[in-house]
Amino acid sequence: MNDAIKNIILFITLILIQVIVLNNVLFWGYINPLLYILFVIIYPLKRDRGVFLFVSFLLGLCIDFFVDSGGIHAAATLFIAYIRLPLLKGLLRKPEIDFPVFNINKLPFLRLLSFITILTFIHHFIIFGLEYFRFNAIVTIFSRTFLTSIFTIILVIFSLLFMNKGK
Amino acid sequence: MQQIVNFIIKYKYFLFFLLLELIAVSFTFQNHSFHKSKFVNSANYITGGIYKRINSFKEYTNLKVYNQQLLDENTRLKNILSQQLKDSFVHAIQVLDTTKYFQKYSYISGKVYKNEYHKKYNFLLINKGLSQGITADQGVVNSKGIIGITNTISKNYATVLSILNENSKINVKLLNSLYFGTLQWDGKDYNVLQIIDLPIRANIKVGDTITTGGKSTIFPEGIPVGTILNFNKENNVYQIINVKLFNDMSAIGPINVITNFDKEEIMDLEETISNE
Repeated sequence: MNDAIKNIILFITLILIQVIVLNNVLFWGYINPLLYILFVIIYPLKRDRGVFLFVSFLLGLCIDFFVDSGGIHAAATLFIAYIRLPLLKGLLRKPEIDFPVFNINKLPFLRLLSFITILTFIHHFIIFGLEYFRFNAIVTIFSRTFLTSIFTIILVIFSLLFMNKGK
Repeated sequence: MQQIVNFIIKYKYFLFFLLLELIAVSFTFQNHSFHKSKFVNSANYITGGIYKRINSFKEYTNLKVYNQQLLDENTRLKNILSQQLKDSFVHAIQVLDTTKYFQKYSYISGKVYKNEYHKKYNFLLINKGLSQGITADQGVVNSKGIIGITNTISKNYATVLSILNENSKINVKLLNSLYFGTLQWDGKDYNVLQIIDLPIRANIKVGDTITTGGKSTIFPEGIPVGTILNFNKENNVYQIINVKLFNDMSAIGPINVITNFDKEEIMDLEETISNE
C-alpha cells in the first residue's frame, strides 16, 4: 500500500479511537490517555519535514475541535513533532540518520522506550501546562502529566506490538 | 538580502514550526478567555455528527436513570401545578391570561452529546442550535439543577460553557434569604463548587439550599443548585463556601435551554445606562 494512504488511514483511525473510545475512558475519574500521539512516533522519517510538521499540527487541531480545548493539543503535538528528529539523533548518538532505511521498530527496546517516554512526557506536560497555566498549579500539572503519561505509554507500546504482529 | 534568504532557507522548518505554534497558542488563549467568538469548537457539522452517533449508542446504557429523572421531575411539576390550582381557583381566567401574555421564560428540550468534567475548562455539546432558536448566553438546566450557559452556536449544535469551567460565574442566593453570591469552580471535585462574595450577614449553616439568584438575564430565580457542604470564616469574612451540587455532573442526559423574553429589553436598558 502507498505510504501516503497508509498515513491518512492512520491519521483518521487514531482520531476516531481517541474521540470515540479513549475520551470516554477516565481512569480514577480523570486520567484520560492520549493515544493519538502514536502518529508522531511512527510517522516515517523523511528529510523534508514540512509536511510532517503540518500534519501533526492538523492532528492536534482535529482533537482540539472535538474536545473544545482551543489549540492546546495542536501546540503540544506540533512541538513533539518538531523535536522528534533532534531527539532521535541524540538518543542514537549519531549526527546524521540514514533516512530511507530507518525504521522505528528496529530500534533496541530500551532506546525505543526512552524515545516514547520522553515524547509522551513533553507532550503531556505542554497539554496540562497550557490548560492550567498558573504557577501555583505546578503540582497538579506534574502529577497529571505523570499519571496520564503512564497510561499513554502503555497504550502506545501495546499498539506498536499489535501493529507489528499484523504485518 | 542574500543573507536574509540564506537565513530563511537554513531555518525554514524552525520558522514554519514557530508560525504554527503561535497559531495554536493564540487559539488556546482565545479559548481561555470567555467572551470571544471562537474558531475552534465542537459545534460544527463533522464533530457534531460524530458525537451524535456516539451518543446514540451511549444513550441506551443510561435510559433507566433518565426515565427515573423525568418521572421525578414530572411528579414535582404536577405537585406545583395542583398547588396553584387550589390557590388561584377563583382567578382562573386571570391566571390563564398572565401565562399567555406575560410569559417571561420558555424552555427548549435537548440532549447532551458530549460531556466533560475532568478538565479545567469544560465544555458540553448539545443537539440544539440556531435552527431551533438557540442563541449565545442562554441558560442550560436539567431537572436537578443548573448545567451551564450556551457559548458557540452552529446550525444544529451548540457548545455549552459548563459550570465546571474556570470562566463560569453564576449568580446564586440562599433559598430562604435575599443574600446572594457568585458560584465558581476551583477545578478540583466535579460535584463541589464554591461561592464567593457572600456577605457575612447571611447566616449560613451546613446543609442550606442554594438556588439561582435571578440577578442576571440568563437563569430565572429559584432553580435548585445544591446544598452547602462546608465553609470557613476568617476575619469576619467567608473564605471558602463549598457547595455540593444536586446534579451529578458526570452523568447528564436530557436538558432544557431557557429563553428569556425580557433579555433584549434589559440589555438595551443596561446599555443606555452605561452610555450615559
